[in-house]
Amino acid sequence: MLLHVDGLGIHLAGKPIVRDLGFQLDAGELLVVLGPNGAGKSTLLKGLAGEHRIASGQISFAGCTLQHWPKREIAKRRAVMPQRVEVNFPLTVEEIVRLGRPAEPLSQSMPVLLELMDLLDIAHLRYRLAPGLSGGEQQRVQLARVLAQVWDAQGPVLLLLDECTSALDPAHQQQVFSLLRGLAKQRGFAVLAVAHDLNLAARFADRLLLLHHGQCYISGKPFEVLSETVLAAVYGLSARIIKLEEGYPLVVPRDNGPVPAYASLSPSNTAPVNPSCRQAS
Amino acid sequence: MIIDGAGRLAKGPALLLILGAALVVSVVSVTNGAYPLTAADILGVLIGDLNDEVAKMVLFDVRLPRLILGFLVGAVLAVCGAILQGLFRNPLADPGLIGVSAGASLAAIAVIVLGGTWLGGWLDLAGAWALPIAAFVGGSGTVFLAWRIASRAGHTSVATLLLAGIAINAIAGAGTGLLTFYSSDEELRSLTFWTMGSLGHAAWDDVAMAAPWLLLSLCAAPFLARPLDAFLLGEQVVGHLGYNTDWTKRAAILIAGLGVGAAVAVSGLIGFVGLVVPHLVRHTLGAGHRVVIPASALAGGTLLVGADCLARIVVAPAELPIGLMMALIGGPFFLLLLLRTRIA
Repeated sequence: MLLHVDGLGIHLAGKPIVRDLGFQLDAGELLVVLGPNGAGKSTLLKGLAGEHRIASGQISFAGCTLQHWPKREIAKRRAVMPQRVEVNFPLTVEEIVRLGRPAEPLSQSMPVLLELMDLLDIAHLRYRLAPGLSGGEQQRVQLARVLAQVWDAQGPVLLLLDECTSALDPAHQQQVFSLLRGLAKQRGFAVLAVAHDLNLAARFADRLLLLHHGQCYISGKPFEVLSETVLAAVYGLSARIIKLEEGYPLVVPRDNGPVPAYASLSPSNTAPVNPSCRQAS
Repeated sequence: MIIDGAGRLAKGPALLLILGAALVVSVVSVTNGAYPLTAADILGVLIGDLNDEVAKMVLFDVRLPRLILGFLVGAVLAVCGAILQGLFRNPLADPGLIGVSAGASLAAIAVIVLGGTWLGGWLDLAGAWALPIAAFVGGSGTVFLAWRIASRAGHTSVATLLLAGIAINAIAGAGTGLLTFYSSDEELRSLTFWTMGSLGHAAWDDVAMAAPWLLLSLCAAPFLARPLDAFLLGEQVVGHLGYNTDWTKRAAILIAGLGVGAAVAVSGLIGFVGLVVPHLVRHTLGAGHRVVIPASALAGGTLLVGADCLARIVVAPAELPIGLMMALIGGPFFLLLLLRTRIA
């Protein structure tokens, strides 16, 4: 077992955010952590990333308690993508991706950098300055940086990704999650990704972990976790679950009664402003 | 490869270029002044061909210590600016921000104004070194204070550090104002040295006192280059990449405190070097600290020596305070920069 979390509790400003949480993650497995806003997903991820002190329980990585790993050693095996990374300085895309491999001479890391920029579809942005990029482009740059850190690591690798596709268009979302799944299946990476998109999670995850008020509400295969009763209880969301031929569930939220009427939303106001805007027929 | 893919000058040629500029500015600075020396005179004195006692004295006792001190102070201010901007993840941070400069000048001014009364004992004890030592202790002391305020349970909050610095700046500024209010005319004249900065009194004694600290912070700074690069992506990323975040913060504050404290102790308050130089370097050579730190050191030294030279020339035989000169150059330049970024 690569990652073993047992009875984990994390407090922020004295308040328990994650409570008595236990789960395991194996090499080659893609686990998606779901849950409503404020359920403790990011706090859990930061706890696993060593950012927060643990109030109770323990986390062990590759058979050794997290606190006992030397910082430099664990950085070779564990890469973390925070929810937001803001770059205020004129760094180019290539320079940022290279930050994932700080100790290596450029000539040595260049093949990895090129491969990752290619995989994440940012090769054409290589010499652009990061502050001028779109949100989705910046997110792909950060992901490339995170992957660069552990790309050719020997032994166990853990990826911790906090909403790593939140700013991406649907095509890039698919592309990134297929890449992550490929890394898990072919290279044995253990991937823990926090996400909100239930269908993306259902499509790519081996297992889902649904957090509710800092505790595990349910965990298991997408079909076991994504049920109408669970979604109603945790999110207050009324949805239909469709079993697709491809073998994974599709969550379709239901119309929750009539849409509140806004006076300003009369039909004339909702017409496209630009007449040349194409209408689907 | 002179130009890299991003259209920026590569590190090697860029550093050589700034080094060239530094040499030119140094020669101009050494030859200009109340007693003019030609480059040939200097060469003559250096290889022993010229037996002009006055030229020898001017070169060795006046111009050279001033050149060396000016270059070191400029280099340290620029490097400390670069470090603090990286640490605060804010390209507008300045060594003045965490209270070093204000604390150092408050201590120096206190010695000037209260030297005859309350602080008489300190003057007797430290003699000629009373002022610079007080400035150095005042500068490092304020950094330590801001540091303690911002630290809790082994963690230092960079945002609190910044706010504490602002508060300490205000308090020190009020103290300085109060002392200025009570100072005599004569004291007021020596106060301007600290509030406007000057290299005019530079002698080998000053170099001997300040150089170890200045060189220490210059030599230590490059070791922070990689963790500071990580800081540009945010504090948490520093830890993710395997660096010790708290150790990095502590080292950065220590280097900036020692360096700026020593700089203020021998040259008074000189603003804008720490702000303008790293900014320019980043925009022409990129933001990676392995380039920014050495390039800022060279460019900062060059800028200060150049400004000092100008300060001596424009109103010769008198000279303008160097801090005033820097503010005259730096203020408009900075406004220009703001306007440009606002438009872009």
